[in-house]
Amino acid sequence: MYLGRVIGRVVATRRIAGLAGEKLLIVLPLDETGEGVMESVVACDVVDSGLGDVVHVCDGREATYALRERFVPVDATIVGHVEEFAHDGSPAVDAAAAARRNKRRRNAGNGK
Amino acid sequence: MKLGLVVGTVVTPVQHPAYDGQRLLAVRPLDPDGAPAQDRMFVAVDRVDAGIGDRVLLMAEGSSVRALVGESAPIRCAVVGVIDEIAVEGRVLYPGG
Repeated sequence: MYLGRVIGRVVATRRIAGLAGEKLLIVLPLDETGEGVMESVVACDVVDSGLGDVVHVCDGREATYALRERFVPVDATIVGHVEEFAHDGSPAVDAAAAARRNKRRRNAGNGK
Repeated sequence: MKLGLVVGTVVTPVQHPAYDGQRLLAVRPLDPDGAPAQDRMFVAVDRVDAGIGDRVLLMAEGSSVRALVGESAPIRCAVVGVIDEIAVEGRVLYPGG
Protein backbone atom coordinates (compact mmCIF):
# COMPACT_ATOMS: atom_id res chain seq x y z
CA MET A 1 0.00 0.00 0.00
CA TYR A 2 1.35 3.44 -0.80
CA LEU A 3 0.51 7.10 -1.29
CA GLY A 4 0.05 8.56 -4.74
CA ARG A 5 -1.20 11.53 -6.69
CA VAL A 6 -3.83 11.20 -9.39
CA ILE A 7 -2.27 12.57 -12.58
CA GLY A 8 -4.71 11.35 -15.20
CA ARG A 9 -7.47 9.04 -16.28
CA VAL A 10 -7.89 6.19 -18.71
CA VAL A 11 -10.87 5.47 -20.91
CA ALA A 12 -11.10 1.92 -22.26
CA THR A 13 -14.52 1.10 -23.63
CA ARG A 14 -13.68 -2.43 -24.73
CA ARG A 15 -12.62 -4.32 -21.63
CA ILE A 16 -13.19 -7.68 -20.00
CA ALA A 17 -16.56 -8.18 -18.36
CA GLY A 18 -15.28 -8.16 -14.77
CA LEU A 19 -13.99 -4.63 -15.20
CA ALA A 20 -17.28 -3.19 -16.40
CA GLY A 21 -18.09 0.04 -14.61
CA GLU A 22 -14.74 0.37 -12.83
CA LYS A 23 -13.16 3.83 -13.08
CA LEU A 24 -9.51 3.82 -14.16
CA LEU A 25 -7.08 6.55 -13.08
CA ILE A 26 -3.34 7.09 -13.55
CA VAL A 27 -1.52 7.42 -10.22
CA LEU A 28 2.02 8.57 -9.55
CA PRO A 29 3.34 6.86 -6.37
CA LEU A 30 4.83 9.34 -3.87
CA ASP A 31 7.43 9.24 -1.12
CA GLU A 32 7.26 11.14 2.17
CA THR A 33 8.46 14.36 0.55
CA GLY A 34 5.68 14.34 -2.03
CA GLU A 35 8.03 13.45 -4.89
CA GLY A 36 7.14 10.81 -7.42
CA VAL A 37 9.18 7.66 -6.78
CA MET A 38 8.18 5.05 -9.36
CA GLU A 39 6.62 4.80 -12.75
CA SER A 40 2.98 5.74 -12.76
CA VAL A 41 0.40 2.98 -12.48
CA VAL A 42 -3.18 2.55 -13.63
CA ALA A 43 -5.49 1.97 -10.69
CA CYS A 44 -9.19 1.31 -10.22
CA ASP A 45 -10.97 3.81 -8.00
CA VAL A 46 -13.69 3.10 -5.42
CA VAL A 47 -13.73 6.45 -3.59
CA ASP A 48 -14.53 8.86 -6.45
CA SER A 49 -11.10 10.45 -6.83
CA GLY A 50 -10.22 13.19 -9.27
CA LEU A 51 -7.24 14.81 -10.92
CA GLY A 52 -4.69 16.14 -8.41
CA ASP A 53 -6.01 14.19 -5.41
CA VAL A 54 -3.51 12.62 -3.03
CA VAL A 55 -4.72 9.07 -2.50
CA HIS A 56 -4.03 5.83 -0.67
CA VAL A 57 -3.51 2.90 -3.05
CA CYS A 58 -3.81 -0.79 -2.21
CA ASP A 59 -1.73 -2.89 -4.61
CA GLY A 60 -1.32 -6.57 -5.37
CA ARG A 61 -3.89 -9.31 -4.97
CA GLU A 62 -5.74 -7.39 -2.26
CA ALA A 63 -6.52 -4.57 -4.69
CA THR A 64 -9.37 -6.62 -6.13
CA TYR A 65 -10.99 -7.07 -2.70
CA ALA A 66 -12.21 -3.48 -2.86
CA LEU A 67 -14.01 -4.07 -6.16
CA ARG A 68 -17.45 -5.45 -6.94
CA GLU A 69 -15.91 -8.46 -8.65
CA ARG A 70 -13.07 -10.25 -6.85
CA PHE A 71 -11.62 -12.39 -9.61
CA VAL A 72 -10.51 -9.68 -12.00
CA PRO A 73 -7.09 -8.76 -13.39
CA VAL A 74 -6.47 -5.63 -11.29
CA ASP A 75 -3.30 -4.94 -9.31
CA ALA A 76 -3.98 -1.48 -7.85
CA THR A 77 -7.06 0.19 -6.38
CA ILE A 78 -7.48 3.63 -4.85
CA VAL A 79 -9.06 2.95 -1.43
CA GLY A 80 -8.82 6.34 0.34
CA HIS A 81 -8.44 10.10 -0.04
CA VAL A 82 -5.55 11.48 1.96
CA GLU A 83 -6.53 14.62 3.82
CA GLU A 84 -3.52 14.84 6.07
CA PHE A 85 -0.07 13.31 5.95
CA ALA A 86 2.06 14.34 8.90
CA HIS A 87 5.73 13.72 8.30
CA ASP A 88 7.94 14.47 11.28
CA GLY A 89 5.28 16.88 12.43
CA SER A 90 5.02 18.82 9.20
CA PRO A 91 2.65 18.19 6.31
CA ALA A 92 4.88 17.03 3.46
CA VAL A 93 2.14 16.41 0.97
CA ASP A 94 -0.20 19.19 0.03
CA ALA A 95 -3.16 16.99 0.77
CA ALA A 96 -5.20 19.76 2.32
CA ALA A 97 -5.30 21.51 -1.02
CA ALA A 98 -6.40 18.29 -2.66
CA ALA A 99 -9.12 17.88 -0.06
CA ARG A 100 -10.38 21.39 -0.73
CA ARG A 101 -10.44 20.64 -4.44
CA ASN A 102 -12.44 17.51 -3.68
CA LYS A 103 -14.92 19.42 -1.63
CA ARG A 104 -15.35 22.09 -4.28
CA ARG A 105 -15.92 19.46 -6.91
CA ARG A 106 -18.52 17.68 -4.80
CA ASN A 107 -20.24 20.93 -3.87
CA ALA A 108 -20.38 21.90 -7.50
CA GLY A 109 -22.33 18.67 -8.02
CA ASN A 110 -20.97 18.23 -11.49
CA GLY A 111 -20.26 14.51 -11.04
CA LYS A 112 -17.06 13.29 -12.63
CA MET B 1 8.54 -8.98 7.17
CA LYS B 2 10.67 -5.88 6.80
CA LEU B 3 12.37 -3.59 9.30
CA GLY B 4 10.99 -0.09 9.06
CA LEU B 5 10.90 3.42 10.43
CA VAL B 6 7.58 5.18 10.94
CA VAL B 7 7.98 8.47 9.06
CA GLY B 8 4.42 9.74 9.10
CA THR B 9 0.76 9.34 9.88
CA VAL B 10 -1.91 9.27 7.20
CA VAL B 11 -5.49 10.51 7.61
CA THR B 12 -8.06 9.42 5.02
CA PRO B 13 -11.57 10.63 5.82
CA VAL B 14 -13.00 9.14 2.63
CA GLN B 15 -11.95 5.50 2.40
CA HIS B 16 -13.00 1.93 1.73
CA PRO B 17 -15.09 0.64 4.68
CA ALA B 18 -12.48 -2.03 5.49
CA TYR B 19 -10.25 0.78 6.79
CA ASP B 20 -12.82 2.23 9.18
CA GLY B 21 -11.31 2.41 12.66
CA GLN B 22 -7.83 1.51 11.40
CA ARG B 23 -4.88 3.82 11.92
CA LEU B 24 -2.60 4.33 8.92
CA LEU B 25 1.17 4.88 9.13
CA ALA B 26 3.74 5.76 6.50
CA VAL B 27 6.73 3.43 6.89
CA ARG B 28 10.14 3.67 5.22
CA PRO B 29 11.93 0.28 5.07
CA LEU B 30 15.38 0.18 6.69
CA ASP B 31 18.45 -2.01 6.52
CA PRO B 32 19.40 -3.58 9.88
CA ASP B 33 22.03 -0.86 10.42
CA GLY B 34 19.37 1.84 10.17
CA ALA B 35 20.18 3.09 6.66
CA PRO B 36 17.19 3.55 4.36
CA ALA B 37 16.70 0.38 2.30
CA GLN B 38 16.42 0.51 -1.49
CA ASP B 39 12.67 0.34 -1.28
CA ARG B 40 9.63 2.53 -1.63
CA MET B 41 7.61 4.04 1.20
CA PHE B 42 4.74 1.89 2.43
CA VAL B 43 1.40 2.78 3.94
CA ALA B 44 0.36 0.22 6.56
CA VAL B 45 -2.39 -0.29 9.11
CA ASP B 46 -1.14 0.01 12.68
CA ARG B 47 -1.80 -2.96 14.97
CA VAL B 48 0.61 -2.09 17.79
CA ASP B 49 0.02 1.60 18.51
CA ALA B 50 3.29 2.76 16.92
CA GLY B 51 4.17 6.40 16.29
CA ILE B 52 6.47 8.61 14.23
CA GLY B 53 10.12 7.73 14.88
CA ASP B 54 9.48 4.15 16.04
CA ARG B 55 11.41 1.25 14.54
CA VAL B 56 8.83 -1.32 13.58
CA LEU B 57 8.18 -4.70 12.01
CA LEU B 58 6.35 -4.22 8.73
CA MET B 59 4.37 -7.03 7.17
CA ALA B 60 4.40 -5.85 3.61
CA GLU B 61 2.93 -8.40 1.26
CA GLY B 62 -0.48 -9.78 1.27
CA SER B 63 -1.71 -13.08 2.48
CA SER B 64 -0.17 -13.04 5.96
CA VAL B 65 -1.89 -9.71 6.65
CA ARG B 66 -5.21 -11.34 5.90
CA ALA B 67 -4.79 -13.33 9.09
CA LEU B 68 -5.06 -10.02 10.94
CA VAL B 69 -7.63 -8.08 8.99
CA GLY B 70 -9.94 -10.72 7.56
CA GLU B 71 -10.20 -12.67 4.35
CA SER B 72 -11.73 -10.14 2.03
CA ALA B 73 -10.27 -6.79 3.11
CA PRO B 74 -8.28 -4.77 0.57
CA ILE B 75 -5.43 -4.39 3.05
CA ARG B 76 -1.93 -5.53 2.19
CA CYS B 77 0.48 -4.03 4.73
CA ALA B 78 0.45 -3.93 8.54
CA VAL B 79 2.77 -2.77 11.30
CA VAL B 80 2.89 -5.79 13.61
CA GLY B 81 5.62 -4.96 16.14
CA VAL B 82 7.66 -2.19 17.74
CA ILE B 83 11.37 -3.06 17.74
CA ASP B 84 13.38 -2.88 20.97
CA GLU B 85 16.70 -4.20 19.69
CA ILE B 86 18.38 -5.25 16.45
CA ALA B 87 21.57 -7.33 16.57
CA VAL B 88 23.49 -8.78 13.62
CA GLU B 89 26.25 -11.35 14.21
CA GLY B 90 26.30 -10.49 17.89
CA ARG B 91 26.67 -6.76 17.30
CA VAL B 92 23.85 -4.59 18.57
CA LEU B 93 22.89 -2.16 15.82
CA TYR B 94 19.81 -0.71 17.46
CA PRO B 95 19.44 1.08 19.79
CA GLY B 96 22.66 2.76 18.66
CA GLY B 97 25.40 3.74 21.12
